[in-house]
Amino acid sequence: MWRFIGFRLLQSIPVLLVVITVTFFLVRLAPGGPFSSEKAVIPEVKAALEEQYRLNLPMYEQYIAYLADLAEGDLGPSFKYPGRSVNELIAAGFPVTAELGFYALLVAISIGGIAGIVASLRPNSAQDYIPMSVAMIGICVPSLLMGPILILVFGIYLEWLPVSGWGDMPGDKILPAITLGSTYAAYIARLSRAGMLEVMSQDYIRTARAKGLPEWQVVVRHGLRGGLIPVVAFLGPAFAGLLSGSFVVETIFQIPGLGRFYVQAAFNRDYTMILGATVFLATLIIVFNLLSDILAAWMNPRLRSQYGGR
Amino acid sequence: MVPAAHMCFRYSLDYMITMRLSASRFFLSFIMAATLAACGSGESNVERGNREGILHVGNGTEPQGLDPHVVTGIPESNIVSALFEGLAVKNPYTLESEPGVAQSWNISEDGLTITFYLNPEARWSNGDLMTANDYVWSWQRALSPAMGNQYAYMLYPLENAEAFATGKIDDFSQVGVKAVDDHTLEVKLNAPTAYFIQLMDHQSTYAVHRPTIEKFGKATDRFTPWTHVGNLVGNGPFRLKEWQLNRRIIVEKSNTYWDKDRVQLNGIEFYPVENISSEERLFRVGQLHYTNSIPLDKIPVYRAMENSPYVNAPYLGTYYYLLNTNEPPLDDVRVRQALSLAVDREQLNNTVLHGTNIPAYGITPPGTLGYQPPKVFDYNVARARQLLTEAGYPDGAGWPGLELKYNTSESHLKIAVALQQMWKDALNIDITLANQEWKVYLDSVDQMDFQMARRGWIGDYIDPNNFLDLFLCDGGNNNTGFCDPLYDDMILRQAPRAASREQRYAIFAAAERRLMEQMPIIPIYTYTSNQLIHPSVQGRPSNLMNHVNYKYITLDSNWQAEE
Repeated sequence: MWRFIGFRLLQSIPVLLVVITVTFFLVRLAPGGPFSSEKAVIPEVKAALEEQYRLNLPMYEQYIAYLADLAEGDLGPSFKYPGRSVNELIAAGFPVTAELGFYALLVAISIGGIAGIVASLRPNSAQDYIPMSVAMIGICVPSLLMGPILILVFGIYLEWLPVSGWGDMPGDKILPAITLGSTYAAYIARLSRAGMLEVMSQDYIRTARAKGLPEWQVVVRHGLRGGLIPVVAFLGPAFAGLLSGSFVVETIFQIPGLGRFYVQAAFNRDYTMILGATVFLATLIIVFNLLSDILAAWMNPRLRSQYGGR
Repeated sequence: MVPAAHMCFRYSLDYMITMRLSASRFFLSFIMAATLAACGSGESNVERGNREGILHVGNGTEPQGLDPHVVTGIPESNIVSALFEGLAVKNPYTLESEPGVAQSWNISEDGLTITFYLNPEARWSNGDLMTANDYVWSWQRALSPAMGNQYAYMLYPLENAEAFATGKIDDFSQVGVKAVDDHTLEVKLNAPTAYFIQLMDHQSTYAVHRPTIEKFGKATDRFTPWTHVGNLVGNGPFRLKEWQLNRRIIVEKSNTYWDKDRVQLNGIEFYPVENISSEERLFRVGQLHYTNSIPLDKIPVYRAMENSPYVNAPYLGTYYYLLNTNEPPLDDVRVRQALSLAVDREQLNNTVLHGTNIPAYGITPPGTLGYQPPKVFDYNVARARQLLTEAGYPDGAGWPGLELKYNTSESHLKIAVALQQMWKDALNIDITLANQEWKVYLDSVDQMDFQMARRGWIGDYIDPNNFLDLFLCDGGNNNTGFCDPLYDDMILRQAPRAASREQRYAIFAAAERRLMEQMPIIPIYTYTSNQLIHPSVQGRPSNLMNHVNYKYITLDSNWQAEE
């Protein structure tokens, strides 16, 4: 197992380097610069700005200087927000995005998992079709539609929940978490249904039934562990996806997370912020994929033996 | 509007009553009621704000920063103008200048020397007295090339300021500003500048607190934390209390401000609400006193309301198309005129723009401190067809094609499509549309890599000069290739030397007439500000700059929602 983890960690270094390099040069090759503005900027001002941000140096020197700073954990000053470092912006936005992602994941697992398991117990019956149709709708309805619908119903007509904000009023975290989680709930429902269907037709389940266990014990004690492996494998990428894909939800609900900074950075050609957020999120994605692989290996004896661990 | 909290409570109560609770259901309902009560655990921001004197403002985007010599946007200046104050401020009703840090000023006979007399009571928020030297130091900072201040040109009317800002001279003592004594600031101008006092209300001309800035770095460093909470020292009616990135900025009334008795608000909370639909929803549930904007499709709904909070007012900005006069077919003035005359601006405004804007026939917005732009042309298809025939394209025959560039946005697209159709119908010519992402589009415009391009210009100060000097031969924002020495002479030499405002405006009108006869641009509409303002907000009149002077604002604590 340790060999497996070590190997995966080593693998991630070149992956990260490629991500950094490609992003570094791509953003600089994109037309338009951080200091293009609607009002003409005189050459002297532009030169002064470029010097302050090292943009006057040849590109390879900028690249080397960036890597040197990065090695010390310094992601550089933001172009768009003078007076703020990229580290500071990420530190301000990430905890919020992570919290949102965590709640969304809870929503996704609880709704999706239950729907999928319920559906799998009586395949091709109404108990299967109804939750699965709802799940399909969940996948299809994008959060930029789901969010406003939830706001209209629960925020404006019923006035049960705040329409936006994060931690300002009680209950303002509920709608964003549901909005962000619903798409993933739908995926998880489908994954858990498929996983459970496969497992429930296995011989050992028949054996469990044959020895007279009540059905719910068969499902909970024997079915779930095998049936949810695909879901667990999906959790890593899903959480990473929730973190990097929360931009729309953050915008709709006025949530001060990383997603808004990240997307705005691209529009603003905020080179250091784009790079910083990309490096940060790439690292997270690698870590979460690794964690979910470890978890899946732990749950699946066949994989576990493959990596020679206990 | 009904306060959310009350509704919430009422619903939960109704629910419990109508359900005629059995004991087993009671527990469930109790949980539900608790959740419901939690949802509106207090009053809305507006109700609480009215009681406590706190204004809640939808402010567009997260500000880039709060350094007056760095920031450029409107959301930033909304906050900076609460934290700092210029030598003169603007009356929100008339937009005429009023005393700020300077309690009075004197303009010499020849208009070249202005003496500001600082209010001896004017203080920084840490208690330090303000002096004339604060301005000399701050203006040096604002003009220093190393500062990279994009608004340095606001100080160019000063003698030698431009030379200093562009690095032609290094010695700041040659620039036309000096402290005569602690409370007297003397300014020398290149030429009489009627609007100079107005510029004193622009953040680029604000004084900043030298000891604070030097505590955190060099004078010209752009990224030191001097503007963060606890560090920032300003001189405005408010001081910075809290700054949560992408969440809110809170300012509270300053007790060192010289005119603090006039300030009725105890504080302001600025929310960076980028999504205008979210902003409208926030307003609807009473979380904002006023919004920054309003979604176009909501305007008819609000217009239909009685006592509507919707406010629409002319704004100091013009939406127009740039024409590249260096390239055929637009090098021919007749083609340019034909294109402009074939645009039915009234129809465009009434349909695509929901009647929210003002059709424009010149570059200057109407009523710019009394100035009215001359109307040189009108919608005239017959004349447009005739002009195009004279130019060699009768009924569009032989038309070489033309491309219109605009930055990606649904509203720009709608306007472009409408005009494309008008040109097809009136002149039988084809225009192709090309959209570009914002920064790409900015580069295209800057390098004049276009035939026709969308453009908007928002005035920095309220004077026709701010629009007309765009089209000087070497104007940095000209972007059309238009160059007329007589026009330059009128703007640069004749207008500044005019004896009176009337004479000056007559020269501007003649210049604008010349400009519109040569038609290097197609003016389309004058912007308007469109926003929602809660009826409890007083002292925030509509004006051409959508300028807010927080000193004038009061909140009516007796205001009650009509059921």
